[in-house]
Amino acid sequence: MNSDTLSATFQAVADPTRRTILARLAQGEATVQELAEPFPISQPAISKHLKVLEKAGLIERRREAQRRWCRLQAKPLQEVAAWATEFQQYWDESFERLDELLKKEKGT
Amino acid sequence: MKASQSTAKPALITTPKDTEIRIVRTFDAPRDAVFLAYTDPKLVAQWMGPRKYRMTIEQMDVRPGGQWHFTHIDTDGTKYGFHGEFREVVRPERIVQTWNFEGMPGESLQTALFQEQNGRTTVTSIVKFERKEHRDGMLASNMESGLNEGYDRLDELLRTTH
Repeated sequence: MNSDTLSATFQAVADPTRRTILARLAQGEATVQELAEPFPISQPAISKHLKVLEKAGLIERRREAQRRWCRLQAKPLQEVAAWATEFQQYWDESFERLDELLKKEKGT
Repeated sequence: MKASQSTAKPALITTPKDTEIRIVRTFDAPRDAVFLAYTDPKLVAQWMGPRKYRMTIEQMDVRPGGQWHFTHIDTDGTKYGFHGEFREVVRPERIVQTWNFEGMPGESLQTALFQEQNGRTTVTSIVKFERKEHRDGMLASNMESGLNEGYDRLDELLRTTH
């Protein structure tokens, strides 16, 4: 587990606007204009959010003619998901062992 | 004869608040026994953590202000250290302690509540994080589960109560 990546990812997804942007990009590539559409905030404000996401390695940007495109980079999110899955597994396995221990203690 | 399959239900993990994770699990044993398993280092070492880890308990002073410190050692020798302080110990009802996962940012505060009904004990652990983003990765992974199949346990992990 890379804690630097995790911290940067957590920071990036702490904001609801950025989470909405990521959710939209999960459906496919989009232009900056398309991403800004659902929000009642200015395009520079959206650009600021995109910068944070890009810095965290969550999105990739490219320019094509006059259009600016954004695409999701799922890798850092996968690390977070793996961490979350580990968390569940850690406790499930611990609790199964506790079941066994309690059974043993009861028997003696 | 075939060994019987474990009927244990997975722990229910939810995120009731922005900075919280709640873990609920019921055990087929009276409260005193479960509480002891949480507070006697000899017993803790027998269940806490994945089977493949070896666990050493460096310190476990179960009383308000008492320190605790344990290490999980992976099969490849990698060590994961955890430490903190007991803030409240009310036998056999409640334990409040701080948690630090060495190398990770942020300290969390964990409250474990022990409730008995018909000889069975439900343990509710509430983990409070200092900052929203320490927990918010959970929300991100919820989204991720739509992108990548295979994280089938995430739904349960990420189910919110609101």
